Amino acid sequence: MNTLILRTVAPVLTALMLLFSVFVLLRGHNEPGGGFIGGLIAVSALAIYGIAFGVSAVRRAIRFHPMAIAGSGLLLATLSGLISIFAGVPFMSGLWIYPEVLGVEVPLSTVMSFDIGVYLVVVGAITSIALALEQDSEPREVVAEPPPLRAKRPRKPRPKPKVEG
Amino acid sequence: MAAPSTDISAALVLVSPHLADWLVVLPVALMIGFGAVLMMVRKSVRLHGTIAITGLALLVFLDAALLVRVSTYGPVTMVMGRWLPPFGIAFTADLFGSLMAFVSAIVALAAGVFALRDIDAGGRRYGFFPFLMLLMAGVSGAFLTGDIFNLYVWFEVLLISSFGLLILGSEPEQIDGALKYAVLNLIGTTLFLIAIGYLYAIFGTLNMADIAGKASRLRETAPLVTLTALFILAFAMKAAAFPVNFWLPASYHTPRITVSALFGGLLTKVGIYALIRVTVMLFPVEREELSLVVAISAALTMVIGALGALAQNDLRRLVGYVVIAGIGNMMAGVAIGTPAAVSGSILYALHSVVTMTALYLVAGEAARLGGAWSLSGLGGLYRRAPWFSAASLALFLAAAGLPPLSGLWPKVALLKASLDIGAWWLAAAILISAFIVTLALSRVFLLAYWRPRPEPAPELVIARDWRIAWPLGCLTALSILFGLFPETVLDLSQRAATGLAEPSAYIRSVFPGGAAP
Repeated sequence: MNTLILRTVAPVLTALMLLFSVFVLLRGHNEPGGGFIGGLIAVSALAIYGIAFGVSAVRRAIRFHPMAIAGSGLLLATLSGLISIFAGVPFMSGLWIYPEVLGVEVPLSTVMSFDIGVYLVVVGAITSIALALEQDSEPREVVAEPPPLRAKRPRKPRPKPKVEG
Repeated sequence: MAAPSTDISAALVLVSPHLADWLVVLPVALMIGFGAVLMMVRKSVRLHGTIAITGLALLVFLDAALLVRVSTYGPVTMVMGRWLPPFGIAFTADLFGSLMAFVSAIVALAAGVFALRDIDAGGRRYGFFPFLMLLMAGVSGAFLTGDIFNLYVWFEVLLISSFGLLILGSEPEQIDGALKYAVLNLIGTTLFLIAIGYLYAIFGTLNMADIAGKASRLRETAPLVTLTALFILAFAMKAAAFPVNFWLPASYHTPRITVSALFGGLLTKVGIYALIRVTVMLFPVEREELSLVVAISAALTMVIGALGALAQNDLRRLVGYVVIAGIGNMMAGVAIGTPAAVSGSILYALHSVVTMTALYLVAGEAARLGGAWSLSGLGGLYRRAPWFSAASLALFLAAAGLPPLSGLWPKVALLKASLDIGAWWLAAAILISAFIVTLALSRVFLLAYWRPRPEPAPELVIARDWRIAWPLGCLTALSILFGLFPETVLDLSQRAATGLAEPSAYIRSVFPGGAAP
């Protein structure tokens, strides 16, 4: 979409929403939130970016193919379940460790890594669908170049986008 | 953090599971893991074959180990996340489930090897192998789960993967077939879901062992016959039994032949598996009430399937109807319901998984050699490929149920069981169906193999290919071995049927300290 307002706001909004999605993901263990809803928020962020700058800009921004992201999430979730084989408890039992980072106790668990897996699956799968839908509706030429995320620097020539199959 | 002060033994499993118990969940976890890896390397099409075949070979190994474990020590249970059943989701493998899982794994490996040749780079880029892995995750999960809602979840997993496989290539014909398949199967699974909701309202539990234990107490007051009827309709739809069978011939001939082979071999059998599990193990009394309806549907399925096979010109459609005729036989065992009959059904299911997959692969290879799918266009295969023709003939005989191949024993068991209870008309239907299928398949052999080619086409030089010879050869060998030395499989299927009729070992495996209140 070629409006100045959206194009100006979109990068900031996308960054904020992605940050918020991670917040919702991590909050989800004890309070409302979690991987699924976090993933959906992240997809909305990418969708806004896509509406503003086009599908290829989103593909460049997320670096990996969405389906590869979904696959990595699925793998992470499966492995989180399998870790319990080493602890002598049944499949998918929640296991916790409490490492201290800079004097703060950080509880980490297989529940959380499973949820991160869910987050990645949702991000990958829904982004893949959203991009496919947007791809067909938009004209083929690039709508507008997104502004560089680090402002006030001379723009480097962008490497040519990899052609997706 | 301090150790929890509350008593957790009321909610959690405290005994550490035996390492061999992990065999119950590993097949599913393995397939999901391999599917995930294949999705990550989706663009590197060359790696797909190696990764997928490794995964499927591991699956065969794990399922074999599980089968050995279950047949020696009885049913194995593992509860997800340590929660005590019936609240934790239980994976319970008994002899029936692990037998089915093992045979499906073998067939999937064979189809995977065949796909190395059949599925080109385009099909792989669409994601054939990831879908195959996820399909097998769904199939294995359905066979190994001990929770009826979880069974629904695995149905969904395999259904969604099957949609992906069905439209591989996106030809208009495929979309047309996929639409029919999708709509009918979604209606079937929705019915299944409604039945589960109903069941939960009655029992307050979804764990199958728990349901089996509680059914006798609730039988007087709860509308269990209605519930069972809903389940039977839902599973009959999945299995393509007579009044709701029309989606199968409408869709199974459209995808790549490997996909048809997997579907014909596995998916309908998952429906039969669920039917047997629910009607024979959970609601045996209600099954007795409905047995006449099931028997009529079974007899019609057999005869109509066989007649359909006789009428077809397209090889793939023909095999689809042979699949349906087989479904009728398995349903006959469910209708009779005695352990001998159920053992016949299980035997038939095992035979059918192998034979139907192999028949579809034969059809694919015949079309590759002869250059046509239709019987009118094929001819002269016998001169061209004598070994292939011999294997085809063996498989045709097996599918028709003639000695000395694998189709004979289940049919004998079912015939005997139906005569034992005096259902002569069901026995007659089995015989008539077998006779017509024999006619239909000998027609194939006559027209496509013996007859000289209709018009002498330019002789194509077709190289032998291990990726076709091995899977076909192994499946045929399996069928012949089972026909000649049936004792082991007969014994296993009889024990599996007894385990279903008398599920105390199953229940004990889920609730070692006695059933939940």
